[in-house]
Formats: sequence, C-alpha cells, structure tokens
Amino acid sequence: MASKARISKLQLAEQFRAFIDPRFVITDEETLKPYECDGMATYCEMPMLVVLPDTVAQVQQVMRICNQYGIPVVARGAGTGLSAGAMPHRDGIVLSLARFSRILDIDPLARTARLQPGVRNLAISEEAAKYGLYYGPDPSSQIACSIGGNVAENAGGVHCLKYGLTVHNIISVEMVTAEGELVTIGSDGLDSCGMDLLALLTGSEGLLGVVTEVKVKLLPVPEVARVVMAGFDSIQKAADAVGGIIANGIIPAGLEMMDSHAIVAADDFIGGGYPREAKALLLCEVDGTEEEVDEHIAQTEALFHELGATSVRTSRTEEERALLWKGRKSAFPAVGKISPDYYCMDGTIPRRHLAHVLTEIEKLSGQFGLRVANVFHAGDGNLHPLILFDANAPGELERTEAFGASILRLCVEAGGCITGEHGVGVEKIRQMVVQFTDEELRQFHDVKTAFDPVGILNPGKNVPALKFCQEYRALAPTQHTQTDAPHG
Amino acid sequence: MADIFPQLQEQVLQAREDGRKLNIIGGGTKAFMGRPVDPNTDILNLAEHTGVVEYHPVELVLTVRAGTPLREIEATLAEQGQALHFEPPRLGENATIGGTLACNLSGPARPWAGSIRDQVLGIRLLNGKGEHLRFGGQVMKNVAGYDVSRLQAGAMGTLGVITEISLKVMPQPAATLTLVQDMAPGEVIQYMNSRAAEPKPITGACWVDGKVYLRLSGARSAVEATAEKWSGKILEQGEQFWQQIRDLQHGFFTATNVPLWRFSISATAPQPKLEGEWLIDWAGAQRWYRGEGQMMEMEALAAAAGGQVSLFRGGDRSGEVMHRQPEALKTIQQRIKNAFDPDHLFNPGRLYSWL
Ligand SMILES: Cc1cc2nc3c(=O)[nH]c(=O)nc-3n(C[C@H](O)[C@H](O)[C@H](O)COP(=O)(O)OP(=O)(O)OC[C@H]3O[C@@H](n4cnc5c(N)ncnc54)[C@H](O)[C@@H]3O)c2cc1C
Ligand SMILES: Cc1cc2nc3c(=O)[nH]c(=O)nc-3n(C[C@H](O)[C@H](O)[C@H](O)COP(=O)(O)OP(=O)(O)OC[C@H]3O[C@@H](n4cnc5c(N)ncnc54)[C@H](O)[C@@H]3O)c2cc1C
Repeated sequence: MASKARISKLQLAEQFRAFIDPRFVITDEETLKPYECDGMATYCEMPMLVVLPDTVAQVQQVMRICNQYGIPVVARGAGTGLSAGAMPHRDGIVLSLARFSRILDIDPLARTARLQPGVRNLAISEEAAKYGLYYGPDPSSQIACSIGGNVAENAGGVHCLKYGLTVHNIISVEMVTAEGELVTIGSDGLDSCGMDLLALLTGSEGLLGVVTEVKVKLLPVPEVARVVMAGFDSIQKAADAVGGIIANGIIPAGLEMMDSHAIVAADDFIGGGYPREAKALLLCEVDGTEEEVDEHIAQTEALFHELGATSVRTSRTEEERALLWKGRKSAFPAVGKISPDYYCMDGTIPRRHLAHVLTEIEKLSGQFGLRVANVFHAGDGNLHPLILFDANAPGELERTEAFGASILRLCVEAGGCITGEHGVGVEKIRQMVVQFTDEELRQFHDVKTAFDPVGILNPGKNVPALKFCQEYRALAPTQHTQTDAPHG
Repeated sequence: MADIFPQLQEQVLQAREDGRKLNIIGGGTKAFMGRPVDPNTDILNLAEHTGVVEYHPVELVLTVRAGTPLREIEATLAEQGQALHFEPPRLGENATIGGTLACNLSGPARPWAGSIRDQVLGIRLLNGKGEHLRFGGQVMKNVAGYDVSRLQAGAMGTLGVITEISLKVMPQPAATLTLVQDMAPGEVIQYMNSRAAEPKPITGACWVDGKVYLRLSGARSAVEATAEKWSGKILEQGEQFWQQIRDLQHGFFTATNVPLWRFSISATAPQPKLEGEWLIDWAGAQRWYRGEGQMMEMEALAAAAGGQVSLFRGGDRSGEVMHRQPEALKTIQQRIKNAFDPDHLFNPGRLYSWL
C-alpha cells in the first residue's frame, strides 16, 4: 500500500509541469470531473490531479516522482472499462495515455502492428485492412476502447472463440515499471526465455506496470464469413445446440446467444427481423475459405434443424450478415431503452451448465424482483446477464448489486469464474474471496510486490486486501463455506 | 493413474525444514535442457502423479495431473476425435504434460494453433511454502487475478510444482496435406511468410535440406482446393515428416553431437550470418542452428533478428544457456521467484544461474 503523500497537490503539479506541457497537467475540479469514473459509472472518485504525458520519457519521470512520494497512479486508456478499474484514487493521480494514439508501424509480411497504447481497437483493423489483415480480438466497445486498456483487461470479443483473447494476440509490450524503468516484455519471436511475464502482465489491470507500446499479431482477413441465425423454443435446446456444434468438430468464429427479453428488445430497436416468439436465439458465424465455409454452414444448418430449431436463417450476402448481427450488436443500447439503467455481469461457466445457470438466474430474478436479459458469448460460456434497474428508485441499486453477487457465486459454484473479460477492478473485488483462498490472494499480492514494491500502481483494485477478506467472506450472498478456504 | 499429492506436499515441507533443494522431474526427458542441476539436490518425482481428472469433450477442456505422459493424454483425446493443437514434442516416451508446460514446448503448428502457454486454462501449483494453490480454471475466459498459470510456461519449474493442468483441446482436423518443393535459403523467408499471410488453412511451414514443406489442415474441401492452387507436390509421408520435426527426430537433429541452438526470432528476419547447418520452422520464427559458438556472439545475432537464443542441447552448459535478461527484468524475476519459493527449494540454477 502506498504511504501517505508527503507532497502537496500543488507541489506535485509544479513538478510535473516542469517537463509536461502545463495544459496537460489538470488540477481544476471542472476539467477533472470527466475522469471520476470509467464505463462503470456507479463507482466514482475524484483524483488529486490528471496528467497526460506524450512521451515515454515523461511517463518514466511521472512514475519516478510518484514512486518517490508514494503517490497512487491509475493508468487510464479510453475509460470504457466495466469494473471501475480506471476509477481514480482520492490521493493519487490519473495517468492518461490518451495522447499516445499513433499506429507506429504495420509490417504486412510479418503480419504485425506496433502501436502506442492509446490507439483504438477498431483503428488497428481499419489500418490493417489495407493489407488484407485485421486484429483478432473485437470487444463490443472496439470503436472506443484502447489497446493499452485491452492488454490491461485481457479483453475478448465475439470472435475470441476461434481467434483467442488479447493474451493470444500480442507479441510484445513495452512497459514502464512502478520504479520508472522502461522494459520490453516479449520479443519479435513467438516466445522468450524465462518466465512468461507477457502473460502475467496481460489482464493485470494496471497493477504491474504502465503499458507504453504494444506489438500485436495481425491475421489474414478470411475469404468469406457467413452467419446462421437460429431460434429455439427453449433455452435448453439452444444450449444443447451450442454443445452440438462444437462436438461436431466445428469451431465457429463466433457463437452468441440471446434470451427472449434480449430478442424482443433488440428486435424493437432494429425494427424487425429477429424471431420474436423464440425463447432463445443463436448466432453462429463461420469463416474461412469458400469451400470450408460452404461445408460448415451446411453442417450447422442441418444440426440446428435436427436439434429442434424453430427457425433457421443463413446470410447469403455481406449486407444480410450485417443485418443479422445488427440486433446482437445493438443489444446493450436496446436493453438501455427498456430500462433506465442496467448492470452488466461477466461470469463464465462451463458450457454444459448453461441451461441450469440461466434457469437459476431467472429464479433469482423473481426473488430479487428485478428483470434480467441475457446476451452473451455462448461459445466460450461467458455470460453477460444484464440486470435491469432504476438507480433513482430507493434501494434498487443495492438490490441489483446483491443480485449480481448471487449470479457470480452461482457461476463459481458451477465450476466457472467471476469475470471472463471485464476484470475485477473495484466492482468485483468482494467476489474474489468466492473464487480464491487467502493463500491464493496472498500469492497475488506477492506477485504485485515483485513489480511494485511501494504499491503505487492502481492500489485497492483487482485483489482484495487480506484484512478485508474475512468480512467479505462473512457477507457473501449465500452461506456456503469453501472446504479448503481457511478464514481470516 | 494415481494421486500422490500428499507425498509431494510432505516432501516439499520436509525439504524446507531440512534446508534441502529439490529437482522436479517429470519423465526426465528434458533433462538435457536448461542448466545442469546441482547433484546435491533431492529428486521430486512427478512421474507417479498421473491420470485424467476431468475430461468433457463437448467443453473442449481436459484436466490432468501434471505427471501424466503425453502419449496417454493423446490417446485419451484421440478416442473422442480431439487433439492438443500445439503438438507437444515427444522428446522421449515418458515426456509429461507438466514438463512440457514448464519448458513451454510446442510443435510445428505453433504460429497458427498457439503454444501450450496459449492453451493452458488453469493449474494447481504447490509453492515453496508447501501451499497448494489453484489459478485460472476450466473455462475459456477467466481474468480474475493474475495469470499465474501461463507464467509457468518457460519457468522450468523454478516457481513451484505444477500438480494439475487444465488445457483447451481441439477437434482433430478432418484432413491434412503436405506440399514440398525445392527452394534456396535466400527465398524461403519471403515465401513462407507470404503464404502465411493468405487466408488459407496453413498449419506448418518448415525448410530443411534445400526443401520447403508447407502443411495444410482443416476441412477437406479447403485443404484440397488450396493444395491445387499452391505450388509444390504432395508429400506422401507428410505426417511422418512433421512428427520427426516435432520430436526433434529428423536427421538434422540426430545426425551429430554438435551443439544445438534455438533462435526464437522475427519470422521475417534475414537469416543470421552464421556458417553451418540450419533448419527453419514456424514460418521463420523458430530457427535451429547446429554448430559450435559462443553464447555472447549468438545473443548478438538473435537480438539483431528481433529475438532471443538458447543453447538447446549440448555445448558448454556451465554458463548461461538462455538468452540473458536485461537488469530490470532480472530483478523482477528474482522477486517473483522469492514470492513463490522464498527458500529457493525448486530447481536452483536450472533456468538461470541467478534463479
Ligand atoms: C458498451 C461496452 C461494451 C464492452 N464490450 C466488451 C467486450 O466485448 N469485451 C471486453 O473484453 N470488454 C468489453 N468492454 C469493457 C472495456 O471496453 C474493456 O475492458 C477495454 O479493454 C477497456 O479499455 P479502455 O482503454 O477503455 O481502458 P480503461 O477503462 O481506461 O482502463 C481499464 C483498466 O486498464 C488499465 N489501463 C488502461 N490503459 C493502461 C495502460 N496503458 N497501461 C496499464 N494499464 C492500463 C486501467 O488502469 C484500468 O484498470 C465493454 C465496455 C463497454 C462500455
Ligand atoms: C535432442 C534430444 C535428445 C534426447 N536424448 C535423450 C536421451 O538420450 N535419453 C532420454 O531418455 N531422453 C532423451 N531425450 C528426451 C528428453 O530428454 C525427455 O523426453 C524429457 O526430458 C522428458 O520430459 P518431461 O516432460 O518428463 O520433463 P522433465 O525432463 O522431467 O522436466 C523438464 C523441466 O520441467 C520441470 N518440470 C517437470 N515437471 C514439472 C512439474 N510438474 N512442475 C514443475 N516443473 C516441472 C523440470 O524440473 C525440468 O526443469 C532427448 C530429447 C532431445 C530433444
């Protein structure tokens, strides 16, 4: 943990202004305000100040100063995070990477791109398209989120089932340590000697270092992609169809599921085309060469019919493919239209428990008196239950959070985890005790200390302080003690 | 098929108490890798810690004890038409999955199918305090806590004893074909990489003895159509060729006793200027060199090619055999070592003299 600052806000700002353009050292309330939260707006905190350096040397200097005075540093990309990972620290600074927004280099033969951390995810594929290449991981937030934030969260997307998560698609990272050292982790080769620090860094939520450059792998754009949309009259049948596809040896590029609440909301939002009467809908995209796609599409259609689909529609053109995806892509805003607020959960479960877990969530929905819509990455078992609530209705936010915690416990009990891609941040920090024992959490803290001995990088996020764990365990939603989890 | 965890834990706690060191051994097939182990260390044998813990073919997930031999795992998967897509090298009959993860070994499909590190979903680890910890899980996506599972890849057992591993498995490809043609070394890098940049089902690109070998696997129609478009003739014994490359049983590896160097470098880097025998795999990203040399000199060549080198087998193993770490990363890795194994029980000096 960072010690109390021995330097005032004004002194600190003055030190920063000595080497950073003063306009990019922000200290006034009004300009600081937009930084008080990320995409998880229920958690807010005002930082002491915000700095926006634009050279790596400046980032190093900022880190050295903060390390010297024990000032917490919260790195910030685009601020689209959904676990309050980029929420500021009251006594600390926000280090925004927004000005690092250049694509430094694309090597079409090696199929790599070298990027500054603030480059938007979608911008990579847009630029790479000139060479018939693209960047695999495609979070739904891709028009806004940054590659630095993607590395920090190990972001996934619709196409991760086949093409992997961020961790599978990066080659090397340049990072500034808490102590201000610039290090390169990984190389241009496919592996490096020693421990796999690149994997350790990916998904570390800004607690191990500040990413200042990323080299990513690019993939050849597939010749063809087509999507099959199938409606089912029960969740169980749709869930079985998910398993059926994979058991059949097909790895779809994407395999997404929506439940009836989400189907209706999406259909209203896009103005028709989705099977409104269906209880569950699957979107299965297959890509590859012409021959391969034809073969797999025919198999997929046959399988859906065989497993009781009530409707099956396959895209014939690129326009039709975009149309079929449109409802899925606008599902979040569509749900936003039918409710004042929604809370997006992110647990992952083994696929075979899909039907069971969704049924239990529906039951909990009744118990908590809150509606829930499901739109998610069925292929890899990553659920996104959206709990619908009204933050202005007294007590509803608290009830929503309790409902969310119950869902996460359900996921862990089914053999899954509390977060598949959005991270722990502040939001799920209490649920970490459901998934990990105190010894495991202590091991995480020790890893953190190896990178950041003073504890200035994003303190209070990701891994709960051991002194709080007993309380978190006691307050956990249902009484269920882990046999191998010593308390206290 | 046995769970010998209690003995393993007991041995670790005892060693800690007695101030002894432990050399973790799976099948002992990769004993030639890394630095020699101090003969005064005790052996912690994982070979009896075997068996499939859970396997759900529909989930594409397999959980096994770390001492399970690769051959047993592959036989289990084959019954369900599945396989390990990273093609673990069988450096001997008894090669284990734990040793494969610790050494981060993957076969010819690595650039396309990923490495063992990519396919690991979770592990259980016995650390130097004798604590049995669980990281990751049995699901495809899991970002809770740090990725300690993948951290083990390449750590060569210096952080603890991996006792259990969950892996992503994949369906076996429906069809596989190998194309072969003569090619001069000066052309091969450009050729392999431009093929890899096409959206075709390529899963292997290797050059040895003046010939380039490309492997295609996936849906039969796609494999056949691509083979027709691309030049080269179909190699009858294709499978056998790739197996020999995977297991380092090809004549290139078995012919002599001269030191074997592994360059893990940029796929498109020009061939390092070094006289002698080369084998190029992974479309250029892994290059094997057979010959005498000094580590320092090799490091400079690897660095110029954007990557790293290790003295894989033979040669002078008294110094470092892995590419040296910059000071800041060395410090971090020493601290990580202390975090997992404060008394330095496990594999002292195996990976680096300072670890
Ligand atoms: C509508 C919507 C849809 C979404 N869909 C998906 C999805 O499909 N898949 C998915 O995975 N996520 C999704 N997200 C979540 C979010 O977009 C991702 O987590 C994304 O990776 C965050 O990137 P960012 O640049 O916005 O990071 P921020 O929110 O700014 O930061 C996130 C975390 O990363 C750290 N960080 C940021 N930059 C750096 C850096 N350079 N160095 C070190 N640490 C850094 C921060 O400290 C913080 O802990 C979605 C979010 C929204 C709002
Ligand atoms: C060129 C060449 C020549 C060969 N020659 C011979 C030969 O002459 N004779 C022969 O028998 N074999 C030979 N082999 C094969 C090879 O030595 C063995 O197949 C291999 O050592 C067995 O591997 P393993 O998986 O059992 O791992 P091990 O060799 O047992 O272990 C490899 C590393 O992983 C670590 N490790 C293993 N398991 C774990 C775990 N569970 N947790 C943490 N760390 C772990 C070990 O400490 C060690 O650092 C040769 C291979 C090659 C490539």
